[in-house]
Amino acid sequence: MSDTSENRISIRTRLPAFLRRADPAVLTAFGCILLLLFLSSLYSSNFLSLNYLLQQLKVASFLGVVAAGIMVVILLGHIDLSVPWVMTTGAMMACAAASFGGMGPVIAIPFGILCGAAFGLLNGFGVAYLRIPSMIVTLATNVVAQGLMVVYTGGFSPQDSAPPAVRWLATGFVIPGLPNAILVWVAISAMMVFLFTRTSFGRAVYGIGNSERAAYLSGVDTRRVVMIAFAISGALSAFGGVLLAGYSSKAAQAMGDAYLLPAIAAVVLGGTSILGGRGSYLGTVAGVILITLLQSILSVMQMPEAGRQIVYGVVIIVMLLLYGRTPPNR
Amino acid sequence: MSEWRYWLNEQRGTLMGLAIFLLMFAVYIANHPAGLTANVAQTAANKGVLFAFVAMAQTLVVITAGIDLSVGMIFILTNCLASWIVVGEPLPTALGVVAVLAAGMVCGAINGLLVIYGRLQPIVATIATGAVYFGLALLLRPFPGGSVNEDLADALTGRLFGVIPSSLVALAAAVLLVWLPFRRSRLGRAAYAAGSSEQAAFMSGVPIRRGKFAAYTLAGLLAAMGGLFLTFFTYTGEAAYASGSGYTLWSIAAVVLGGVSLYGGRGSAVGAIFGAFAARTTGDMLFVFDVDPLWQPLLQGVVLMIAVSIGSLALLRVRNRLDWFQ
Repeated sequence: MSDTSENRISIRTRLPAFLRRADPAVLTAFGCILLLLFLSSLYSSNFLSLNYLLQQLKVASFLGVVAAGIMVVILLGHIDLSVPWVMTTGAMMACAAASFGGMGPVIAIPFGILCGAAFGLLNGFGVAYLRIPSMIVTLATNVVAQGLMVVYTGGFSPQDSAPPAVRWLATGFVIPGLPNAILVWVAISAMMVFLFTRTSFGRAVYGIGNSERAAYLSGVDTRRVVMIAFAISGALSAFGGVLLAGYSSKAAQAMGDAYLLPAIAAVVLGGTSILGGRGSYLGTVAGVILITLLQSILSVMQMPEAGRQIVYGVVIIVMLLLYGRTPPNR
Repeated sequence: MSEWRYWLNEQRGTLMGLAIFLLMFAVYIANHPAGLTANVAQTAANKGVLFAFVAMAQTLVVITAGIDLSVGMIFILTNCLASWIVVGEPLPTALGVVAVLAAGMVCGAINGLLVIYGRLQPIVATIATGAVYFGLALLLRPFPGGSVNEDLADALTGRLFGVIPSSLVALAAAVLLVWLPFRRSRLGRAAYAAGSSEQAAFMSGVPIRRGKFAAYTLAGLLAAMGGLFLTFFTYTGEAAYASGSGYTLWSIAAVVLGGVSLYGGRGSAVGAIFGAFAARTTGDMLFVFDVDPLWQPLLQGVVLMIAVSIGSLALLRVRNRLDWFQ
């Protein structure tokens, strides 16, 4: 036993420094991305064109923003199942605010995000102060958000067209050739990295994920941190919804349904432990790109929906078996 | 302290679930224009039993401190499968029923293998298998359709002796033949022990792996029973994503309402059945109070929110603040 671990250490010391520091899960995820690109380029060389890759990054940025939010919550050892309808709420409220007088277009995006943050605060209050398991409280919030949106829209999807500002944010170009959505994702990512590595809030998140008792005893106001984390998750979910509304140029009911599971899968495939306390943001980025590429390649190959679901599930299981296993109970 | 107090303490969650359900059902019946007739009971039972089977399946997994997010998809998959093979003469129909139940067990067993021997986290593992099961359901039924042996369907969704809803009898049979034997077996105790404290159970030589595996497999079986009943009610199979994820989500809610701890080791499937009935009655209640259907999801959400918040009253009894963080 000690023999193999010594072996492993000696292999690691021979690697270049930047590889030695990197998390094996993150490396595997990036390796899988390269493998996917390589395999798909055998099918058609279009997969390696700059246009296609930029388009994929643009689509990935919606998932990326949502996954960034859910990652904060997963690092705490909790889960946020309210993503689908908080996303929809953010999108619908942004579109609604836009038609609200002269100030409308200006406040549209902040208002959508604020609604998401409010639902996030509700989640956080339930989890942190009422000590309800996050799975059940976020589930209830999801139903409440759905109920509010159903009442608001009158049970059908109104043609809530996205205001120009929202469309510009998702599909416009500040830098020619580089869609704004990617820039937004980069900006959010920079903020998340700063939050995780340079602030006491980030430290506290990792600490609570490892042991909330220990964090509490070290003087962290753990309940406040948990509540803020859920608010961040809600705000980013709603922001993802706003971007998505800009991309598809309207907000529709159930538009967020297809984002919950991929977001969780992306975070976990990026090496973040679902039990909390372990994981790097770079891994989440890798997971998001991996999932988006996988979905895109399957749809370009014109695989029917059924086959796509099966391949999607099997690939996630295989990758988790490769590097997402928990240590044995010994 | 005499013995019945221990029993009462152990069954508190189940009794709470029963109380919530009875209260809601009483309000529902009192306001129903027809009152408690055999017809009303039959309709309520038929709708509740679907939820109850899925909630029972969820309970088995939750007891081991896991969670099965694929339970709704197994339900949908077996529904689609049943709409192909539970047809024709009595013998092929019987074989079809057995095959559907076996398919459910296989799905559950795959979940169990991944979680126990693959050492994956139940949340993500069952999300992934759920996608696979839904894909298979879609392969079987790209469009809603199919049929089922209508004699059997009518027998199981009708009434026994003109009064008792036969779907309730089937549910009781499932409790007696699946849940109680499991609860009383060595494997069932192992599942509880694994959920309560896996470390301690492992140290004491309890067969936790086999216990958990049995729990996941039987969960698949119960979800398949639910899928069969869905086919009996609708006479068709349909691979509807929203319906599958809806059943998964409400199964978690039902489990909590029925007093099963999401942290594992506490609760019973009987409680979850009452929880499922209570969740189902919320929808019916809005109907008798003539609430605009538009408001239905919102009110259901608010009721769910209040119901899960009640549990936090226990916080008031906590003496040591550190006990908040378990």
